[in-house]
Amino acid sequence: MSIAAFLKQPFKPLSSFSGEDINRDKIVEITKSVSLPMIGLAVFLLIWQLASNSIVTSLGDFPGPSQVAMQFNNLIEEHKEERANVQKKYERQKVRNDKKLAKNPDAEIIWRKYKSRTTFFDQILTSLITVLCGFAVASFIAIPVGIVIGLSSSTYSAINPIIQTLKPVSPLAWLPIVTMVVSAVYVSDDPAVSKSFLVSMITVSLCCLWPTMINTAVGVAGVSKDLTNVSQVLRLDWLTHVRKIVLPSAIPMIFTGLRLSIGIAWMVLIAAEMLAQNPGLGKFVWDEFQNGSSNSLGRIMVAILIIGLIGFFLDRIMLLIQRWVSWDKSAVIR
Amino acid sequence: MHFLQISQVSIEFPTPKGQFKALDGVSLNIRQGDFISLIGHSGCGKSTVLNIVAGLYQATEGGVILEGKEVNEPGPERAVVFQNHSLLPWLTAYQNVELAVKQVFNRTKSKAEMKEWIEHNLELVHMSHAMHKRPDEISGGMKQRVGIARALAMQPKVLLMDEPFGALDALTRAHLQDSVMEIQNKLGNTVIMITHDVDEAVLLSDRIVMMTNGPAATIGEILDVELDRPRDRLALADNPEYNRYRSEVLRFLYEKQRKVEPFENAKKKNQTNNKSSKVA
Ligand SMILES: Nc1ncnc2c1ncn2[C@@H]1O[C@H](COP(=O)(O)OP(=O)(O)OP(=O)(O)O)[C@@H](O)[C@H]1O
Ligand SMILES: [Mg+2]
Repeated sequence: MSIAAFLKQPFKPLSSFSGEDINRDKIVEITKSVSLPMIGLAVFLLIWQLASNSIVTSLGDFPGPSQVAMQFNNLIEEHKEERANVQKKYERQKVRNDKKLAKNPDAEIIWRKYKSRTTFFDQILTSLITVLCGFAVASFIAIPVGIVIGLSSSTYSAINPIIQTLKPVSPLAWLPIVTMVVSAVYVSDDPAVSKSFLVSMITVSLCCLWPTMINTAVGVAGVSKDLTNVSQVLRLDWLTHVRKIVLPSAIPMIFTGLRLSIGIAWMVLIAAEMLAQNPGLGKFVWDEFQNGSSNSLGRIMVAILIIGLIGFFLDRIMLLIQRWVSWDKSAVIR
Repeated sequence: MHFLQISQVSIEFPTPKGQFKALDGVSLNIRQGDFISLIGHSGCGKSTVLNIVAGLYQATEGGVILEGKEVNEPGPERAVVFQNHSLLPWLTAYQNVELAVKQVFNRTKSKAEMKEWIEHNLELVHMSHAMHKRPDEISGGMKQRVGIARALAMQPKVLLMDEPFGALDALTRAHLQDSVMEIQNKLGNTVIMITHDVDEAVLLSDRIVMMTNGPAATIGEILDVELDRPRDRLALADNPEYNRYRSEVLRFLYEKQRKVEPFENAKKKNQTNNKSSKVA
C-alpha cells in the first residue's frame, strides 16, 4: 500500500461524517505535509544514533541525539541559573541598601549594575542581531545599486568587473582589513556599539552584498520590452517608471538575491565570529572546542543544530516577506 | 498640410548577418478623423510602421510629422493598443487605466474627475463589471478591451492599434469592432489599425492601406472605402459595394502579393527571425 493510500485510510469515516470530499482532501494534504517530514526526521535521527555509537574521539563518544538533547537542557539550565544569580545579587544589594537607609536616611547609596556571564542564548541573540544588521545594511546598498546598473547598461559595464572581482572574496580575507579599519576609524570614548559588533557586521555586509546586487540588476534588466514600451508611450518619469514597472517585475529576482544573501550572511557571520573571537555563536563553538571537556562535542552539536535551524528560519522569513510584498499571491514560491 | 504625414520612411535593423531593410520608402498622408487600416502578410512590416509612428522605433530615412511637428519620441498623444495588450500584470484594470490618466490629465483634472473619466472609459468598452480585477483574472478579450480603454482614456490625437482583435473569438471580436466604430463615431479620433482580417478592414476603415511583402516592404495600394456610416455588419453582408471592396483587398493579398516561399526557405527564415528576436 502506498503511503498516500495509507494516510487516506483513517479519514474515511470523517469524510462520510462531514460529507465533503474537499475537506477530506485538505486533511489528507495537511497530514501528508506533516507526516512525511516527520518520517524523514526519524530516519535521520536513527542513522545519526547508529553512526555516533561507532565513532570515538579523544573527547569521548561522538554525541548522539540523546546526548545532544541532554546538553541542550544543560544549556537552558545554565542560562536560567545565571539569570537567577544576577537576580539574587540585585536582591542582596537592595536589602543592603535598605538597611543603610534605615540607619541613616542621608547615607550615600551605590546601585551597582551586575552583568551576567554570556550564556549560549545571549550568544544566539548577539549573532541574530549582527546578521540582521549586516544584511539590512547590505540590502540597503545592494538594491538601489542593482536597480541603477540594471537600468543602464553603461553603468553596468563600468561596475561589473569590480563586482565580479569582489564577489568571490572569502570573509576570512576581509576580516583583518575590516578589523584594522574599524579600529582606526571608529574611535569614541562612549561607543554606541562595540567594535567587535561593527567588525562582524561589516564583514557580513561585504560578503552578502553581491547576490542581491547581481540578481536585482538581472531582474531589472529583464523587464519585458512590452512594459517598457508602455512606460515610454506614457512618458513616465524615472521614479514612476521604477516604482510602477521596474520594481514589481523585478521583485522575484530581488528576493532570489535576498535569500541567497541572507544565507551567505549567516554562514559568513559564524566563520567571522570564530576567527575574530567576536561574541556570538561562532565564538561559542570555538570556546567549547578549546575547552575540550567531555561535554564539549555535545554542546557544539547543539550549536550546529541551532545555527542550521536559524538559517532555515531566516530563509522562511524572507519567503514570508516575499509573499507579502509580491503582487502575484498565487505564484508558487519555494 | 496634412494632419499626419508619414514621408519616405525607411528602416534598417542591425542583425548578426548585417543590416536588414524592413521598410523602404513608406509614404502616407492621413486626414484628421480618418480611420486607416494597414493590411499585409505576416512579417511584412506593419508593426514596424506603427512603432515608427508611435516613436518607439526611429526611421533610418524619412520621418513622421504630426500637426507640423516631427515625431521622434513616444508620447501619450499617440496612444498605442499593443498587439499583446501589454497591461501591467500587477495592476487592476482600473489601475492600469489610472496610470495613463494620471500621466496625461495630472494638471487638468481633479481627482474626482479623473476617477469619473477612468470609469467612463472602462464603461465604453463594457468593462465596468471587472474593473477591479487584475489581468490574470480576466479573459484575453477583456484584457484587449482594457488595453483599448487605456489608450482611449489618454484622449490621443492618433490612436494606434496593432491587431487589437487578433486573439479574440468571432463573437467578442464583432462586439469590440462595433464598440470601436461607435466610439470613433462619437469622438472622431484619428485611428491607424493593423489587421489581418479583410472583413474587419472593410467594415471599419475609411481607407485600407495594403502593404507589399518584405523585406524592404512598402505601400502597394490604397483603397478608399466609401460606405456610409454608421455601418451595420448584417446589412453590409449583402451590399454589392461592400463585397467589391472585399474582393479587391483579397485580390491584392492573394494574387498580387501572394507569398511565394518554398517551404524549406520559409522554415529557414523563421529560424533566423527567432534568432534575431532573441538577440534583441
Ligand atoms: N527589432 C527588430 N530587429 C530586427 N528585425 C526586426 C525587428 N523588428 C522587426 N523586424 C523584422 O522586420 C520585419 C517586419 O516585422 P513586423 O513586426 O513589423 O511585421 P508585421 O507585419 O507586424 O508582422 P505580423 O503581422 O506577424 O505582426 C520582420 O521580418 C521582422 O523580422
Ligand atoms: Mg505585428
